[in-house]
Amino acid sequence: MNMIVCIKQVIDPEAPPASFKIDAAGNKVVPPQGVSPVIDPYAEYGVEAALKVKDAQGGKVTAVSLGTNQLRDIVKKPLAMGADELILLEDEAFDGGDSWSTAYALAMAIKKIGEYDIIFCGREASDWNAGQVGSGIAEILGLPSVTLVKKIEPAGGKAKLERVTDEGYEVLEVSLPCLITVSNEIGEPRYPTIKGIMGAKKKEPVVWKPADIGVEASQIGAGGRHTKLQKLFQPVREGKCEMVEGESPEEAGANLAAKLREVKVL
Amino acid sequence: MAENKGVLIFCETKEGKLAVIATELLGCGRKLADDLGQELSAVLVGSGVSELAKEATACGADKVYVVDDAQLKDYQTDAYLAVMEKVIGQAVPQILLLGQTSIGRDLAPALAFRLKTAAALGCLELAIDPSSKKLLQTKPVYGGNALAVFTTDSFPQIATVRAKTMTPLEPDPSRKGEVVKVEAGLDPSAIRAKVLEKVPEKVEGIKLEDADVVVCGGRGIGSTEGFAQLEELAKMLKGAVGATRPPCDNEWVAAGAQIGLTGKIVAPELYIAIALSGSSQHMSGCSGSKTIVAINKDPEANIFREARFGLVGDWKKALPAFTEKLKELLAS
Repeated sequence: MNMIVCIKQVIDPEAPPASFKIDAAGNKVVPPQGVSPVIDPYAEYGVEAALKVKDAQGGKVTAVSLGTNQLRDIVKKPLAMGADELILLEDEAFDGGDSWSTAYALAMAIKKIGEYDIIFCGREASDWNAGQVGSGIAEILGLPSVTLVKKIEPAGGKAKLERVTDEGYEVLEVSLPCLITVSNEIGEPRYPTIKGIMGAKKKEPVVWKPADIGVEASQIGAGGRHTKLQKLFQPVREGKCEMVEGESPEEAGANLAAKLREVKVL
Repeated sequence: MAENKGVLIFCETKEGKLAVIATELLGCGRKLADDLGQELSAVLVGSGVSELAKEATACGADKVYVVDDAQLKDYQTDAYLAVMEKVIGQAVPQILLLGQTSIGRDLAPALAFRLKTAAALGCLELAIDPSSKKLLQTKPVYGGNALAVFTTDSFPQIATVRAKTMTPLEPDPSRKGEVVKVEAGLDPSAIRAKVLEKVPEKVEGIKLEDADVVVCGGRGIGSTEGFAQLEELAKMLKGAVGATRPPCDNEWVAAGAQIGLTGKIVAPELYIAIALSGSSQHMSGCSGSKTIVAINKDPEANIFREARFGLVGDWKKALPAFTEKLKELLAS
């Protein structure tokens, strides 16, 4: 089973909300000082999904990451978790993209890798929350796609999948090769082992430039966008919380109940 | 090629009726179509959905495209994608709206890429730019830490809209509209991902999305037993229990209880937030609540910036007293 997982480096989404700053003039997010970037947590579920398949029936897992200034210690995490290869699409030209430019570059990189049975993506990325790159790669490569997957059992050129829906879940059968976006219900991503970390240290990622995957500047990064970001801003919070107090937490609890009754919320 | 014109709404159905999200989209679409001075169309895809065209018309559509075929009973990406490509080829809309549901978030991006246009998922606001006449698509990004406004140069401009952000029109059964039947013309072998079985989530009591009162617990609840206390309060208030991501990941509650950007979206009358910090990603799922009440031991917790009433203290001590007092007050 040949598997490819698309990952990316992002600003830590768990960083305190107060550290989140926008450069309004540039319509950009300012990376918070002193907070290390991370592998996108949504993509980590994709890595975990691929490794679960590898655990069950063996195979090769290749992680692909697109971006600039990718810190090696960060983007090597899939290797430390158990992936076999890491390919970085790294060039200024990949910068400033949207779902289209990103999906296109990743699709072309996947084409160059050539052999694959399942491509895994996060359900969305924690920065732009676009939720489209997976479906986009599938369309560009002409593959079937199943989104929000929580369980995968490949067998005989097909895979049985469970997909999370608003009503519960559904069981699907898909022909391989296919693209899957993974939901957090797949289970917590594993921690890298010491052995994994040591192995990842020794392994150098393969770096591909636009020319390596046969794409031009007009197709990727800012040049390949299909959308325009008109404005980026932080919503204003009203912040007029009335605090209910008491001599003890118990008394405060009772006072809160009385307050809600008094203002007819209940 | 025909010029792109009008607004098209992809209407989901539920239990033989238009889904609530479809009526919300029609309400929003009506306004956008009026602002453009163009038509509002709806599309119904499914099996046995023809009867619902009347409902869509009553909710604001000028024209309803109906694709009624036994093969479309369940949502399957390849089938719906092919059908929607066909309908869009016929309707040639400027704007296509879908709900941010497990169907819409699957179909919209695939359709956008197939039609070589773009989509914005999970929009909270849609408006027509007065000068460019483009669709301004406002959606949360960075887990709700920021809002972004996007535009698309190509047609159709596709957006999915989050539940409970738009207001349906009062249905008017006397409204007249045109109904256009479209043949599905499906090739069964082109359906590469097939649905074998649907497993509904078991819900005891009131569904989270429909509850007027939601009692939500965070990481600080700490255990399944802790959630039992929240359950007791919810039951008393005829509400439902929700959770942030950590309790779901730790299996203190069912995964279906998760509220937030990646979970369910609720907008109850009363939202009681207990031992949760109020991260942006969580607030994305409950910020439409009418009144938020928070109990948290950290006075600096973000939830107090969102709440109307707050209590700083240990929930383990405050909650039983709160529940007890409420029981007494509600009985009197």
